Amino acid sequence: MNKTTTVDVKVDYVSRVEGHGNIVVVAKGEEVKEVRFEVTEPPRFFESMLRGRTYDQAPLITSRICGICSNGHVLASITAMENALGVTPSDQTMLLRRLLLHGETIQSHVLHAYFLVAPDFLGVGSVIPLVQTHPDVVKRALRMKKLGNDICDVIGGRAVHQIAAVVGGFTHLPDRAQLLELRQRLDDVGPDLEATVALFASLTMPEFDHPTEYLSLKSAAMYAYFGDLILSSNGDITPVRHYREKVKERVVPHSSAKHVSSDKDTFMVGALARVNNGFQYLSDGAKQVAGDLGFAPYVTNPYFNTVAQLIETVHCVDDARAIIGTLLDNELIIERPSVEAHEGHGVGAVEVPRGTLYHEYGVDRQGHITDANLIIPTGQNLANLESDMWALAPSVIPKGADAAQLAMEMLVRAYDPCISCSTHVIYLDGDNRVPRAARQQEATP
Amino acid sequence: MPEPMIEALQTLKRPRIAVFELASCAGCQLQILNCEDELVDLLQLVEFAYFKEAMSETSDVYDLALIEGAVTREADEQKVRTIRERAKLVGTLGSCAFPVGIPGLKNTHDQDEVGRHVYGDHAGYFPSIEARPVDAVIPVDLHIPGCPIHKDEFLRVVTAVLMGRKPPIPGYPVCVECRLKENVCAYDRGLVCVGPVTRGGCGAICPSFGSRCYGCRGLADDPNLPSIEALLEDHGLSREEILAEYTLYNGYYALHNGGLKAKVAK
Repeated sequence: MNKTTTVDVKVDYVSRVEGHGNIVVVAKGEEVKEVRFEVTEPPRFFESMLRGRTYDQAPLITSRICGICSNGHVLASITAMENALGVTPSDQTMLLRRLLLHGETIQSHVLHAYFLVAPDFLGVGSVIPLVQTHPDVVKRALRMKKLGNDICDVIGGRAVHQIAAVVGGFTHLPDRAQLLELRQRLDDVGPDLEATVALFASLTMPEFDHPTEYLSLKSAAMYAYFGDLILSSNGDITPVRHYREKVKERVVPHSSAKHVSSDKDTFMVGALARVNNGFQYLSDGAKQVAGDLGFAPYVTNPYFNTVAQLIETVHCVDDARAIIGTLLDNELIIERPSVEAHEGHGVGAVEVPRGTLYHEYGVDRQGHITDANLIIPTGQNLANLESDMWALAPSVIPKGADAAQLAMEMLVRAYDPCISCSTHVIYLDGDNRVPRAARQQEATP
Repeated sequence: MPEPMIEALQTLKRPRIAVFELASCAGCQLQILNCEDELVDLLQLVEFAYFKEAMSETSDVYDLALIEGAVTREADEQKVRTIRERAKLVGTLGSCAFPVGIPGLKNTHDQDEVGRHVYGDHAGYFPSIEARPVDAVIPVDLHIPGCPIHKDEFLRVVTAVLMGRKPPIPGYPVCVECRLKENVCAYDRGLVCVGPVTRGGCGAICPSFGSRCYGCRGLADDPNLPSIEALLEDHGLSREEILAEYTLYNGYYALHNGGLKAKVAK
């Protein structure tokens, strides 16, 4: 390649990710001049909008931050609000919440692996051509995704913006027949999981190694989806209530989502971080699958996030089956938790499909929300994604713009960004460049 | 739906559908992908021309445009006008696009203050205007209501479009379906509920799961607003709290059409 050749990669509106983001890479010869992942989603002001609403509406409203991880927002919101109001959920409630979360994680991971990631490996633009060429694969993906959604339907009332989980507990309980049917379907999904693992084991993930700090929640002796501690891959442990000390929001000019770094540098959250940090607590089946997929912690190739999602899918299926077993053994009890509104302040964190989600609220004496702070997994990952893009650029630029573009798009997709979630317009003080978020004024659909 | 449009659609063999996103959570698009049992068959009957969340291929040629999300930026106005020019039919997908849904919550605050609260002194770089439904900018042919849309209703609307019929969106209130399900009324469970004035078609799913109706589908045809307001007042709600009931999902029309006496275009 000529040393003065300029390679520009510009992808306006990356497809097969949730929301609206652009990739910009500018290189002259072998020198990489500029790398950006621009977020151009419309800002939605959730933290402002929550003020003045009653505490019980926080889960309902914040659920609407994101359709894909709506249950995750509900559960983080409930956890924060219960901490603010001094409510302790029952063991039964915690089991049902974990089951609800597993349903969402299964549907989200399957959607990502099959619909958003797989087309790149099969050389097609979407899953739609695969309906003709690989109908069995598409039908298998849909079956597995439906199982995840149906768990949410049974526990929460519906898959997107569930109804039954509220501050204090549940307004509705599944009946025994529904739980038995779900358990049967979880038993029967084995062959689909095996075929999925075989399919992804046959795909070669791009080679790329870029270690970073991995953060995930920690709870006592189990794979953590709920927890009061933040575990770092470097061994640090931070209480969730002090999350602001560990998870620091940073300002960048080109993204309507805040960038976040730890007290040291950029970090990664999500399936790769969780499997790396919590490998020993995975179900036996999930550990087995990790071996089949060539995953041994710590894996520091971000493209393996999708592989980690498949390992988690197996874990979620196993754990969901175990939870249903416990619920059936114990018989469900109708609980009528009473929650009294009073002044308070609380933080809650939950591991949602894309990583650790933090909600924080202040509530006044009448139970009206006075303050809200929401830290979204994708926002936490953006700085690390850009750091990866900088590290990746020198090796893919010499292959030409098309190859570089595909490698960059695949990297973005591996992170499974949920851009609607993370929108937060930030301006870098003292930076005289035009904020790239101004590009959100693009007019052409 | 105007007759010429029905005729135009009847001549289509395989309508091209485009799905666009404005300020929203993308949950209604996701509900399309959540039609797991029907998606393979659906793809035989329609073609997706534009659906960024699901596919890389794009096209500006489409028959039915479905818009998810509220208009919150001036650029969005131009975007929906362009969509209107290109599409034979335009439909809203979910509550944000009509009547305005959760994005409309910001309309209850001072717009400049909202910007400053989130962005500090630099709010001016990221202009955001009052959240409006798509209907406030362009004429819309059909609405698929709900937060999120109901999968079955989406499929019923697509079926109607394929057959050149008027999409079957009910005009009756949520109470009709709630009674059919033999639910105990939310008011008898110590809650308040706006089901009596909210458009049905959801199967009263929220009251059926122990909650109550929050009004996500917009107002029913000919809603008896004075009656619901009196009912809410009888249950101890202040005028401010009654307004909050409206503005949760209807924060454009409720604030623009004379406050509480909100009247919503059908």
